[in-house]
Amino acid sequence: MSNQGKVDCGRRRLVVATAAVGGVGAVAALVPFVSSLLPSERAKAAGAPVEVDISKLEAGQMMTVEWRGKPVWIINRTPEMLETLPKLADQMADPNSEVKSQQPDYAANPTRSIKENLLVVVGICTHLGCSPTSKFKAGAEEGMAGDWLGGFLCPCHGSTFDFAGRVFKAKPAPTNLEVPPHVYLADTRILIGEDKKGA
Amino acid sequence: MTMAGGNFEKYKSDGSLAGNVLEWVDARFPATSMWKGHLSEYYAPKNFNFWYFFGSLALLVLVIQIVTGIFLVMHYKPDASLNAAGVPVAFASVEYIMRDVPGGWLIRYMHSTGASAFFIVVYLHMFRGLIYGSYRKPRELTWLFGVGIFLVLMGEAFFGYLLPWGQMSYWGAQVIVNLFGAIPVVGNDLSILIRGDFVVGDATLNRFFSFHVIAFPLVLIGLVAAHILALHETGSNNPDGIDIKEKKDEKGIPLDGIPFHPYYTVKDIVGVVVFLMAFSAIMFFAPEGGGLFLETPNFYPADPLKTPPHIAPVWYFTPYYSILRAIVWNFFGLDAKFWGVVAMGASVVIFAFLPWLDRSPVRSIRYRGPITKVMITLFVICFLILGYLGTQSPSAMGELISQICTVFYFGFFLAMPWWSRMDKFKPVPERVTK
Repeated sequence: MSNQGKVDCGRRRLVVATAAVGGVGAVAALVPFVSSLLPSERAKAAGAPVEVDISKLEAGQMMTVEWRGKPVWIINRTPEMLETLPKLADQMADPNSEVKSQQPDYAANPTRSIKENLLVVVGICTHLGCSPTSKFKAGAEEGMAGDWLGGFLCPCHGSTFDFAGRVFKAKPAPTNLEVPPHVYLADTRILIGEDKKGA
Repeated sequence: MTMAGGNFEKYKSDGSLAGNVLEWVDARFPATSMWKGHLSEYYAPKNFNFWYFFGSLALLVLVIQIVTGIFLVMHYKPDASLNAAGVPVAFASVEYIMRDVPGGWLIRYMHSTGASAFFIVVYLHMFRGLIYGSYRKPRELTWLFGVGIFLVLMGEAFFGYLLPWGQMSYWGAQVIVNLFGAIPVVGNDLSILIRGDFVVGDATLNRFFSFHVIAFPLVLIGLVAAHILALHETGSNNPDGIDIKEKKDEKGIPLDGIPFHPYYTVKDIVGVVVFLMAFSAIMFFAPEGGGLFLETPNFYPADPLKTPPHIAPVWYFTPYYSILRAIVWNFFGLDAKFWGVVAMGASVVIFAFLPWLDRSPVRSIRYRGPITKVMITLFVICFLILGYLGTQSPSAMGELISQICTVFYFGFFLAMPWWSRMDKFKPVPERVTK
């Protein structure tokens, strides 16, 4: 070819500009595909609050309800269970519920609850999202260590939690179990997923 | 030189109808040249041994998985909603395949056994590469495509395991997707992007189905083609680690080479027969593989409110899972969880660097000394121990052992530039041995 070795700079610039504009278009075309991977409007709307009747929940019992696809535990703690909490404080990673994201302000207290005996907590381990198993009996009876005072064990990676959902130190789970926003509609009815109106 | 990509003469008809058709095709499509370049005139070293079965077997399992997969999709429903009986539709459709579709149980067991067989064959194939130095120059790209295949295969297996929507499917996916949440700043949003919801749910099931049956198989086939093309460009390595192209006859054919077809096609058929005997034995007599291939909790439908008492990934992921669990220390203000994920990812990706980590002057273990043999043996033992511990519940002893093995695992690779050079080497023969 006659023009071999000579580069037409004007044409080259046009080629580069065309490729750049085309590249921008190609990247822009990714937007709908990536956004389609995000939670849909329906999934976002599915987080409606759940109303729970706890009139049949005896002391020492626990019930599980589903909220936003996650298990939420309601535990009616006995005085003996509550007595273990201060004893365990120095073994806890966050004994005073200082990590803000893990509970609303009204549950940042020694029992992590609105009513002293009733614990409402999301039953999902803060490590990798397994649901811990209840190990309420003290001692080695349920396969725990001899000095176990009762609480929860995550079967996946061995994190342990006390009766307030507080995580023990040096366990894989970094923070306490999450206390969901909740409010008492009456003495025996809890609304999970909403605080006071408008909050 | 008559290797892949070489120039082959176009087919000339002998005047018969078949001959005329072939000539017509060959003038318009490289049929003869592909056949010769990749099969009948692709010269492979004549000294391939037992370890060289596993490449072709991996191809066979890929075909089994694609064919059985096509038929499973005809009956499977990726739907997490509950049917009238209160069972998730996806779980129920797998039960339906197992009980009501004629032959469905067999196709499903072929597919589930095939998944484990794929990893067995691929691990043995990788081990072959490791001992004979198949990744060394000039086959680095073949190796890199292979590492890519391995990564895609892991993704493919992970997505596929969610589909039966059993307890292990659900909680396994929950744990693995939450791993991404450990990445600082973007982690939480990333795991929501992967799930398509705030928890593992219908959106997750459907996208995993899409990835499992369309996206990843397409990529996998592409990578397999690239793996074979790259291999045929450089020519195959062999147990002696000698370049057979260096000694050629007057026609340019390697003296130690034999045409892949018919010599190795026939040899590989023997491998196929033996493999299918073992495969059928598992499929018919132990399709659950003693709880390793199909885990017991997966016979219960997914329950988002209750984690099974013991969860573990399928056996082929357990070595990496052990490495994940072995990291329990926080570094640089970042969580142990994050470093566990990093270590797990690194333990897979580190294979890609082998061609540049190995500084031994010879390729094959046959001419390398005791250091290499001890290191590779210990590596395999560590890999197996990590694999075993990954199937077990966490324990203090198990944690310590997995930490030791994890240190050795990475030490094997990271110290390779030194130990691979220090060894005693035997002289490499000019021509391949038996």
